[in-house]
Amino acid sequence: MARIVQALLKRLGGMAIVLALVVTVVFIIVRVTPGDPAAVMLGSDATPEDIAQLRTKMGLDAPLLMQYGQFVLGILQGDLGQSIFLNQPVTTALAARAEPTFFLTLFSILIAVAIALPVGILSAVKRGTIFDQIVVTLTMVAASVPSFWLGLILIQVFAVGQGWFPASGYGGPETPFLERLHHLVLPAVALGVVNSALITRFTRAAMLDVLGDDYVRTARAKGAGEGRVILKHALKNAMIPIITVIGLSIAMLVAGAVVTETVFGLPGVGNLVVSAVLRRDYPVIQGALLVVAAIYVLINFIVDMLYILVDPRVRL
Amino acid sequence: MTTMASVSMPFASGLRRLFGNRAMLFGAIILAIVILAALLAPWVAPYAPNKLSIINKLKPPSMTNFFGTDEFGRDIFSRAIFAGRISLLVSLGVVVISTVLGVILGVAAGFFRSLDAPISRLLDAMMSFPDILLAIALVAALGPSLTTVILALGITYAPRLARIVRGSTLVLRELPYIEAAVAMGLPTWQILARHVLLNLASPILVQATFVFASAMLAEASLSFLGVGVSTDMPTWGTMLASGREYMNNAPWLMVFPGLAIVFSVLSLQLLGDGLRDLVDPRLAKES
Repeated sequence: MARIVQALLKRLGGMAIVLALVVTVVFIIVRVTPGDPAAVMLGSDATPEDIAQLRTKMGLDAPLLMQYGQFVLGILQGDLGQSIFLNQPVTTALAARAEPTFFLTLFSILIAVAIALPVGILSAVKRGTIFDQIVVTLTMVAASVPSFWLGLILIQVFAVGQGWFPASGYGGPETPFLERLHHLVLPAVALGVVNSALITRFTRAAMLDVLGDDYVRTARAKGAGEGRVILKHALKNAMIPIITVIGLSIAMLVAGAVVTETVFGLPGVGNLVVSAVLRRDYPVIQGALLVVAAIYVLINFIVDMLYILVDPRVRL
Repeated sequence: MTTMASVSMPFASGLRRLFGNRAMLFGAIILAIVILAALLAPWVAPYAPNKLSIINKLKPPSMTNFFGTDEFGRDIFSRAIFAGRISLLVSLGVVVISTVLGVILGVAAGFFRSLDAPISRLLDAMMSFPDILLAIALVAALGPSLTTVILALGITYAPRLARIVRGSTLVLRELPYIEAAVAMGLPTWQILARHVLLNLASPILVQATFVFASAMLAEASLSFLGVGVSTDMPTWGTMLASGREYMNNAPWLMVFPGLAIVFSVLSLQLLGDGLRDLVDPRLAKES
């Protein structure tokens, strides 16, 4: 138990360092803007007074180190700055758009895992058969399809053609929850299918790795049923790489969500970022980057902790 | 661990294995076609990419316009070929930048113990940003142009190469001949250039191929979102973005640029997979 606590503390320390670096990277990104960010944000018809005012508002007048200090202090107090164009705090803007992005990511990962685990396992068990070859080919093709393109095709077939699902939008807060989720079916399928490719390949490779191991042979020799051998003995040991790749996929899903939300007109964080980029709303870009990266670091931490649960040998 | 089998292999046996791996051969052929079409675009494309012909707008695929025409009567086939130029140029630039950055960071972290922890943590931090999001933010900061898109994606993918290079360098550093070179008092730069970098070539080549594929997808996404390369030349992403509005009546506007992306990326993935198997036959049996 003490060793688990020690491992936990070590990981927490590592996470804090990475988070500090994430904050620094985000701070630097906005400061590499050639010229004056305030002038860039306001466009060519801004007066020098407007620019000076915005500079003060954004704290760009202070020395760089001071700006950094204020930035960090703000984050620690949960203040990510003020959106220039939305005229509201960045945290409020992000919170208002979190729901579609959260459920889109959640459903996509569920769809991806629901496809990848059984297909990957079966493909490994039936290695070399036509089924396996088709799976290997399909995962390769799926990994090459841009999720936004698959989204466009799904809209064309199932929204415009069949009319089964809405083509875009999400509905306001007054829309019933289930109806809002109905809007997420097509985007989640588009993202989930594309991202299932990587997880399937990893599941297959991890299963192939363990299926040849001695303990699997022993289990078979003991007369354990094939299902039991595969699910209990092999899969349990193949779980570590599979969990890792699922964790990694979440970052890819968020990246995919940015584009997919735009295709489906979902008012999520991705959509917010894209419109912020087009309007040069730096505080919003900065805040969104920070929150997404922090969530990713947190997921990685959870994945690391899951290792301990899944495999008692791992003591980090 | 793709490093250890990176012994240079005789050319003939390499070729034999290339032709033995049908998937890789297929990838290589498709990629060759895409590259040739892009290089020879002015000769291969039947029309100029921006040639307007309003009376021919939104025509379905035919013998005169293989992929149909868009809302301005421009030939989709010719535009798709010219768009390949931008896509390949951007992706190649991204590979060069991310490889240079990745090798510098990876070798430094893998070879010099004191640099390992700070560089590795920085790579962790960089990899915490989803690729498209980081690239979008960098493009927003630097301003959208061909150079900034290349730079932004190059920085975004550099950690992927750095990780691989670091891992391989860590293994190499412990090998007897490197220890011997150190013991002999060979200057560090000479050890790095002659013994480390040369042996890193294979893992770098494999990873660079995958970065090439990712960069192609990312460039298409950025262009589609309207935050990518801003030129008057078409890109597959901008073709899809503008074709969207007409996709109910003219689905070919989105089918062909999309297929161009899929086939190009697929060819690179097949090539990367095949190269990895050539470099490390141990992995071949697993995939």
